[in-house]
Amino acid sequence: MKRNLMLFFMAVLVVAVAITGCGEKKDSNVIKIGVFEPITGANAAGGQLEVEGIKLANKLYPEVLGKKVELVIADNKSDKVEAATAAARLVEKEKVTAIIGSWGSSLSMAAGDIVKKGKVPTVGASCTNPLVTKGNEYYFRVCFIDPFQGTVMANYAFNKLNAKKAAIVQEVSNDYAVGLANYFTENFKKLTGDPNCVVAVANYNTGDQDFSAQLTNIKSKNPDVIFAPGNFTESALLISQARKLGITCPIIGGDTWETQEFLDIGKKAVEGVVFSTFFASETPITNESKTFLEEYRKEYKKEPAAVAALGYDAYILILDAIKRAGTTDTVKIREELAKTTNFEGAAGFISLDENGDAVKDAVIKHVKDGKFTYLDTIKP
Amino acid sequence: MRRNTILTAIALLLLIGFLAFADNFFDLYLVRILNLCAIYAILGLSMNLINGFTGLFSLGHAGFMAVGAYVTALLTIPPDVKKQIFYMTPIMSPLDVMNLPFPLALLVGGLLTAFVAYLIGAPALKLKGDYLAIATLGFGEIIRVIFTNTQSITNGALGLKGIPNTTNLWWSFGTALFTLVVIASLIRSSYGRALMAIREDEVAAESMGIHLAKHKNLSFIIGAFFAGIGGGLLGNLLGTIDPKMFTFTLTFNILLIIVLGGMGSLSGSVISAFVVTIANEWLRFLDEQINLGFMVIQGKVGTRMVVFSVLLMVVVLFYRNGLMGNRELTWDQLCNSKIWRGLSARKRGTAIAEGGEK
Amino acid sequence: MTFDLFLQHLSNGISLGSLYALIAIGYTMVYGILRLINFAHGDIFMMATYFAFFGIVTFGIPWYITFPVILVLTALLGMTVEATAYRPLRDAPKISILISAIGASFLLENLAIVLFGGVPKPFPTPDVFTDVVKIGTVSIQKLTFYIPVVTVIFLIGLTYLINKTKVGMAMRAVSKDHETARVMGINVNQIISLTFGIGSTLAAVGGIMWGLKFPQISPLMGVIPGMKCFIAAVIGGIGNIKGAVIGGFILGVGEILLVAFLPDLTGYRDAFAFVLLILILLYKPTGIMGEQIAEKV
Repeated sequence: MKRNLMLFFMAVLVVAVAITGCGEKKDSNVIKIGVFEPITGANAAGGQLEVEGIKLANKLYPEVLGKKVELVIADNKSDKVEAATAAARLVEKEKVTAIIGSWGSSLSMAAGDIVKKGKVPTVGASCTNPLVTKGNEYYFRVCFIDPFQGTVMANYAFNKLNAKKAAIVQEVSNDYAVGLANYFTENFKKLTGDPNCVVAVANYNTGDQDFSAQLTNIKSKNPDVIFAPGNFTESALLISQARKLGITCPIIGGDTWETQEFLDIGKKAVEGVVFSTFFASETPITNESKTFLEEYRKEYKKEPAAVAALGYDAYILILDAIKRAGTTDTVKIREELAKTTNFEGAAGFISLDENGDAVKDAVIKHVKDGKFTYLDTIKP
Repeated sequence: MRRNTILTAIALLLLIGFLAFADNFFDLYLVRILNLCAIYAILGLSMNLINGFTGLFSLGHAGFMAVGAYVTALLTIPPDVKKQIFYMTPIMSPLDVMNLPFPLALLVGGLLTAFVAYLIGAPALKLKGDYLAIATLGFGEIIRVIFTNTQSITNGALGLKGIPNTTNLWWSFGTALFTLVVIASLIRSSYGRALMAIREDEVAAESMGIHLAKHKNLSFIIGAFFAGIGGGLLGNLLGTIDPKMFTFTLTFNILLIIVLGGMGSLSGSVISAFVVTIANEWLRFLDEQINLGFMVIQGKVGTRMVVFSVLLMVVVLFYRNGLMGNRELTWDQLCNSKIWRGLSARKRGTAIAEGGEK
Repeated sequence: MTFDLFLQHLSNGISLGSLYALIAIGYTMVYGILRLINFAHGDIFMMATYFAFFGIVTFGIPWYITFPVILVLTALLGMTVEATAYRPLRDAPKISILISAIGASFLLENLAIVLFGGVPKPFPTPDVFTDVVKIGTVSIQKLTFYIPVVTVIFLIGLTYLINKTKVGMAMRAVSKDHETARVMGINVNQIISLTFGIGSTLAAVGGIMWGLKFPQISPLMGVIPGMKCFIAAVIGGIGNIKGAVIGGFILGVGEILLVAFLPDLTGYRDAFAFVLLILILLYKPTGIMGEQIAEKV
């Protein structure tokens, strides 16, 4: 047995040889901002959109405190283990001043402890799980959180759709869907005053394709509205199966639906569905939105997605905080970030609450003639 | 024999020296990779005991890791943090107030995983070959599905965070060393001989008087125990876990490690755990873009996994024994081989380099 | 639960079960002859749907031409997988073949991610298949009527092939004993390759039907169906074609009825299949149709 010890030792040696001499030079005329996003893997589509927004912001505002701002992009690969390694690389090896990211709350949580320990202020663009910022004074975000979105949709269902009975279909293996469903239920009960207003709760798992049994159960309960937060692929299939089963009531959901694939897969079936999101390109909210929309269309020759605007906002918010702090000292920047009120972003005015979460308006959209169309704005 | 003891002692001292150096002078990024290497070594060793030495083709490793990771996490997260993260469905008592020091929590995690393995093994180990493979794979999935749905215990899909990061190089390498010592002595004992006899020929082993069910269970439970410990360490290193981490892909990675290192070789598993983990980090460029200076090749998402699956197939098809087959690396072998000179030179070189930097 | 509601559930279950049955036949054929789980079966199934997507959407070929072409392409793919991943290991320990099978499966999945991208694509659905028919209050997709018909056609065709033709006799011989079959002058490799071809064709038919019913395709779509159809094949008695069909229906209807009668357990639906598998393996390892060994292929 003891002979085997040799192996440990040898392997360790190999590593040691491989990694010694990785010295880093620090250029004091450059401020590095880490971009911590899934460029590859399951969340890649969202991550890449955010990076587009961040890059655009960097192009428009390349300097702060007279220094050049350099983006260091680290791919967290939509994987928790990889995400922790990527965050450690940004904090320890690249020595960044601040970090933006990530699409996907569980990936952001993997970075949480690392940025906290390294005292690097981090601003999430679209991670909506409340746990990301809770108990972590170095994590902020420019989007609203799951509870708010669930509340908004409950209000919409009750006030605009006059719904008295709701059914819920949630993707139980998705933190986002479970969060939305939970707060929808809570608020819908408050609004209707009826503890039995949620007539059915059905679950499914990520990757499921057959929802006929769950939907048949729901159909038999005759709800006024179905709340179905979840990933866009499963949701599109679910909605088209619901329509084929003859379910005609309105189906509502969350911001994840806002993708071209949702329309392509759902086709005619998704016509008329309603969901909440962060930003509508038809109605610029602030002056910054106008700049963003103009420049984005020029740069990428397409309409911006909400998460691109949020990525843009995260960048300009960090720059603003550095300017306010007047230094690159990360602790001071954090203090300034925490004080943010009524900051003018592309996706609305941002005020950060005591948890570091943005308090801002939500936008309601629906699918009309095969396109996402602006419907309403809801104040917090 | 005396030479070997001395060599082992020297190796141990050097390892301790290296760890002390790494702990103080390496940046967190490198330390993290080293930690991962050691944890994967634990996982590789434990899976090799079941698959390589006993010949039970079990694919439930990710499930075992999940049990260990969740138990360890739930026992180490401070109660006030627990209240905070279970903001949707409150955690059931008495889990909300339970708190143990890290080593104890890790041990409990391992023991509970072993218990789960005992429950699974009782029916599953009656199966053979591919039936066992699919049944264990199924159990792994069932564990994950249960963890997703029991919100008041595991927080469901929301996952756990705020696990105090206690894992450092001493913990991970210490545990890896402990795993190696335990499994190696098990294999050298009469139990180990029995396990290998079962691997070679079940019928013959039984007719020699080996109690099949008892030995298979033993190997399965011990393997699961260490898988649980590995999972606990991994969760502790990351500080956050959720059910989606423990899919079949994780089992695939560990399978790759033991096949590459050689099914039935402990030294092989350790070497290959380090190689695969570092390669995993190093091969990042495949998924990103390759800049050759004069031109940029756009990397394609997923290329790295293609490389790994091809690697697995090539090893199985052409080098079925992997790196080490079922041989072990020993001092005798090393001292007698020609590369010894080269190695000793390199060792001295590193020692000087280490001393120099200090 | 009202009777109408029960009928709707039953029709959903039969619709899903017939799909499982179709794919399980392919599994059972390959297992019968090689005594090996073809882990890559689900991924061959996935590849077939991508072939269909490219044929119809990218090249604009009408579906009635595309579908038959795909059957041939997929058969070739299956034979290639067999020749590279399984044939060289014919005399190797079983564990090596299993690892190679897992490797092949991961390779196909990740190749699909690299080549086609990870984002799901919409599967083209001609209206003839997807229109809805209403019987009383029960809504049924037209496709639900076609799938069992296709399944039965294949069932009859394969039973004939295996029992009445020379090739079928060779298949039966190979499934019993490779060595003896070789001595009797049968080209074992050719027969195994042919079986893989037929199995993959069935995967392609299953894939097309699956795509029509659930019009969304992605590189990992084959994993869960592949697993479930293997379970269906085991329930029916692996190696037995009629058993695979029965197993498919039991699993499909069982899954739906589980959700129908115990709505609280919907989250555990995927676990149900595995629990069923383990129970069957423990108490009746040969499956429901297991006794009739004569028909094993």
